[in-house]
Amino acid sequence: MSNIWTIFKRELRGYFATPVAYVFLVVFLAVAGALTYFVGNFFGREQADLQAFFVFHPWLYLFLVPAISMRLWAEERKSGTIELLFTLPISLPQAVIGKFLAAWAFAGVALALTFPIWMVVNELGDPDNGAILAGYVGSFLMAGGYLAIGACFSAWTKNQVIAFVVSAAVCLIFTLSGTQFVLTFLSGWVPQTIADTIASLSFLTHFNAISKGVIEVRDLVFFGSMIVLFLIANSIVLDLEKAE
Amino acid sequence: MIQADSLTKYFGPIKAVDGVSFKVGKGEVLGFLGPNGAGKSTTMKTLCGFLTPTAGTASICGFDIVQNPIEAKQHLGYLPEGAPAYADMTPRSYLGFIAGIRGLSGGARAERIEKTVELANIASVYDQPIETLSKGFKRRVGLAQALLDDPDVLVLDEPTDGLDPNQKHEVRKLIREMAPKKAIIISTHLLEEVTAVCSRAIIIASGRVVADGTPEEMEARSRHHNAVTLKIDKDSEAAAAEALRGLDEVANVQPRGGGVLIVYPKDGRSIIATVNDLARSQKWPVEEVYAERGHLDEVFREITQTAA
Repeated sequence: MSNIWTIFKRELRGYFATPVAYVFLVVFLAVAGALTYFVGNFFGREQADLQAFFVFHPWLYLFLVPAISMRLWAEERKSGTIELLFTLPISLPQAVIGKFLAAWAFAGVALALTFPIWMVVNELGDPDNGAILAGYVGSFLMAGGYLAIGACFSAWTKNQVIAFVVSAAVCLIFTLSGTQFVLTFLSGWVPQTIADTIASLSFLTHFNAISKGVIEVRDLVFFGSMIVLFLIANSIVLDLEKAE
Repeated sequence: MIQADSLTKYFGPIKAVDGVSFKVGKGEVLGFLGPNGAGKSTTMKTLCGFLTPTAGTASICGFDIVQNPIEAKQHLGYLPEGAPAYADMTPRSYLGFIAGIRGLSGGARAERIEKTVELANIASVYDQPIETLSKGFKRRVGLAQALLDDPDVLVLDEPTDGLDPNQKHEVRKLIREMAPKKAIIISTHLLEEVTAVCSRAIIIASGRVVADGTPEEMEARSRHHNAVTLKIDKDSEAAAAEALRGLDEVANVQPRGGGVLIVYPKDGRSIIATVNDLARSQKWPVEEVYAERGHLDEVFREITQTAA
């Protein structure tokens, strides 16, 4: 446990040691705000909720989360510090979990910094703060899922650009699989059970369910198992490289 | 305290390390010698648990590096090739991180960090980001990282690479001082380093151990071992060469011009006394006479080139 904490602290501090963290935070907040106000028509809807804010999160994360995760392992491999890390008395899962949690905490910081929009909506109306909280929880879980995917692909390569592109592509698959577009495309020639399975793997479907204010166990289980699954894959990738 | 048994590592079809076995006990400093690409670093990476061996085993303080990696690594300080370190950290935060992983806390932590900073001589850059440091300081920060927990086993991959002669001297002194209490492996391509710090040397070529012995034993394999260089008056040169060739123990005499003769002994015997006696009895005006210890670089070249 203490090793995870030590890795976590180092990694999180690593984000803020470079301007990358601040650039990321500014871009995230600016784009999230712009989408909400201009595309989501936050004020025009005249409704005291944050639907116009949360609805864009899957698409926002698609590009911004791989930007957080791409450095996780690729940078360690490029600079050679991975050799140092894995000859220290820590286990592979401890390193994987510690680093993931740091990236997740950083995503959490970015998300938390959107609090002004919550203040605005409370100033202007009388929203259901429980639903808003659920939206934040869902958004945070979804970020975790995307991050776990990104961490796994970051371990494949020492090139951060490749890590970014591949992660974004895989995240896109897990997002699009729930859209009407894909489901329409599948219907007719793919058995219904398979179409349902594909749809149920979508981050979009599960996130929309939570962001409506209903936190259901199966949605929590979905994001939880996505994170666990991809972190296990991440460990396997790293272990294979040792044996290579 | 360090043991490798038939350690073998393939990279795909390429055999990088091929059945390397050795033991290093407490108080020993083993030097890994070999041309670039011979498998020195791969052997060290496998020994330290960064790479999984294709075959064979390695253990540190009795703990198998594959079966009990955590316990083994707790006894190990390792400086990887090129001394990688987190560039955005300062030596202070970096050593703090290592101390955390090594489970040091409270007074012990402060004491070990202070001691290590002093040993590695990095106090002057303690709060500068590592990426801004010179190559020499980076190397020393890497060394500090390896020494931090005062491990029983030290594995240092080219510890003096990139250091200036003074710093090299310091690091070698440090290694010699630590040697009695630890088992140490260093890799180097500097032969002088082997004579300066190692109690034993292994020459690796094409992934195999091709020579294993003390630096003195290695030097003894040199053609120049115990060869005597004699500098006398130019005019006596030819006569002296003739007389020396007549000695039983002398294999060959090579005139180098200017009155310098190199006398090669048979079977590496010590002949300086005999040569001296002859010079005195013949009343040659001797300006200089000394015996060679042998040229390690010559042995090295010979061994590694025939093996490759």
